[in-house]
Amino acid sequence: MLSPSILIAAIVNGLLTGAVYALVALGLTLIYGVLHIINFAHGTLLTAAMFAAYFAYRLLGIDPYAAVFVLAPAFFAVGYALQRFVIGPASHGDDRNMLLVTLGLAVVIENALLFAFRADTRTIDLPYAFDGIDLGFAFLPLPRLIGFGAVFAVALVLWLIMNATDTGRAIRAVAKEKLGAELAGIEVAHIYAVTFGLGTACVAIAACLLIPSYYVNPAAGNAFVLVAFTIVVLGGMGSVPGALVGGLVIGVVESLSSLFFGESLGQIGIFLLFIVVLLVRPSGLFGARA
Amino acid sequence: MKGLVPVLAVVAVLAAVPLAGVSNVTLNFLVVALMTALAGQGWNVLGGYGGQYSFGHAAFFGTGAYITAVLQVRYGINAWLAFGLGIVGGALLGAVVGGLTFRSGLRGSYFALVTLAIAEVLRISASVAPITGAGVGTLVKLDLHVAALQFQSRAAFYWTILALVAVALIVTRQIERSRFGVWLIAVRENEDAATALGVNATAIKLAAMVISGAITAAAGCFYVQYFLFIDSGLAYGSWISIEALLTPIIGGAGTVFGPLVGALLVRGLGEGARMVTGGEAPGVDLVVYGCVLVLIIWLAPRGLIGALAQLRGRLKRPAPLVEAGHG
Repeated sequence: MLSPSILIAAIVNGLLTGAVYALVALGLTLIYGVLHIINFAHGTLLTAAMFAAYFAYRLLGIDPYAAVFVLAPAFFAVGYALQRFVIGPASHGDDRNMLLVTLGLAVVIENALLFAFRADTRTIDLPYAFDGIDLGFAFLPLPRLIGFGAVFAVALVLWLIMNATDTGRAIRAVAKEKLGAELAGIEVAHIYAVTFGLGTACVAIAACLLIPSYYVNPAAGNAFVLVAFTIVVLGGMGSVPGALVGGLVIGVVESLSSLFFGESLGQIGIFLLFIVVLLVRPSGLFGARA
Repeated sequence: MKGLVPVLAVVAVLAAVPLAGVSNVTLNFLVVALMTALAGQGWNVLGGYGGQYSFGHAAFFGTGAYITAVLQVRYGINAWLAFGLGIVGGALLGAVVGGLTFRSGLRGSYFALVTLAIAEVLRISASVAPITGAGVGTLVKLDLHVAALQFQSRAAFYWTILALVAVALIVTRQIERSRFGVWLIAVRENEDAATALGVNATAIKLAAMVISGAITAAAGCFYVQYFLFIDSGLAYGSWISIEALLTPIIGGAGTVFGPLVGALLVRGLGEGARMVTGGEAPGVDLVVYGCVLVLIIWLAPRGLIGALAQLRGRLKRPAPLVEAGHG
């Protein structure tokens, strides 16, 4: 029988990991909520951002937590451009085409990274990577604590953008009623691109939070995005609080099932949960739309 | 019979290729291209005609492959029988997956996601389960006899895969001309409207998925006989899920010859990209695939065959555009 302290440590660790999952899922759910498609390029954009954060540190000596303030706007621009000039025009307004285009982009980005950097796994060593707070029963590494706090800060900023700015109001209008919004003079293509940019910026922030305690290789983002799909489905597609709560829940579930069943079966647990939720309650725990 | 003339003509031309004295390298290229076309033809039945975009057709490919390999290696079952059971396994998996997803009313993004997740679950399971050889994979013993479904000559393998492709082409053509095919297309175009007119959309999609699963599984069965090895990444990896949807989309989804045209083009481009970079560049062929996928959707959303039909229609003038896209 496991002692309670190991169990609590696993739960705390799960919460810390889950917060970063939640951030990746936040970007995904935001895009789904407005464009009504799953962005299959989300994971590879995360990988690309992780490489950017890695090289910013290695080549320019920029601390990942400082790089956030450069990479988040830069990836906002990347996301905006991708939706405005590639995904939007290429898919002719058809949802199925949009899915395929994001999948095509994912294949291109992942393999371009593989081509450029090979399959090598890279890590960075920050001087404070192993600092942290010892609670006695659990050790909380500093990078993951910062990550946990940052996720809620990002969620707050997103909430403010959505609720207190004209752009946010326009995004919500487009999400609710595209045609009506268009008739009211909102430029839908622009709003789509802004949303895609915001989702991509979330991923860039997540990358900067991950890189101090994680590794990067051309497939690194995929693991996160599959988990993020699960979270989005669990929390309800398009629901921001759902993504936050879902992220934390999945973090804990993964941590506990790895503890009990080992690493690879822990992953299966997530996917099975995912399939069951999809089949039984596709609208998720918080979602209204099916 | 009349409707099958184009199919038979194409198959006859392809069957003559080894007689023209082409090199083994070329034959090998064509074998792999035809295998991809077969996997894509399976996707085409469900995705092209039925509009249900699966992102996890590796589930069928891998299940066919593993059944063929494991039955031979662990249970000493004859290769031909194992091959047939692999196809049956793909059909059964199609029934299970289709039964679960379509009954729950999953469409669009949700359907793509759940198929992707099922392929992932199978991949992870196969990478740890002892029966599949776990991480090591399963090796089929070399035994170059017809009874073991292994051949000395490349040409024999080529004709085997061509025969499978021919069956798939005929099945697709017959579906296209049948009432079932019309219902399936109706579901693709507007599921709610089709249901309102009395089409049992769930049953139609389920049947399409069973056929689709069987055809794509056949490609997996062939893979094992040709390469004599399978592991979880080859069987259930995303490469085959992507190629299975790429080939029909590029050639023309919902057309009989779309996957064949797409597979030859995609494989040709992949080989070309590898040659240009001297074979020293991992991933470069997939970069090309991804670009082609985006460009085709952008410039020719009905694939090459659709684009050609449209062009022909425009040259002939008052030809109705609605008819374009049928191969």
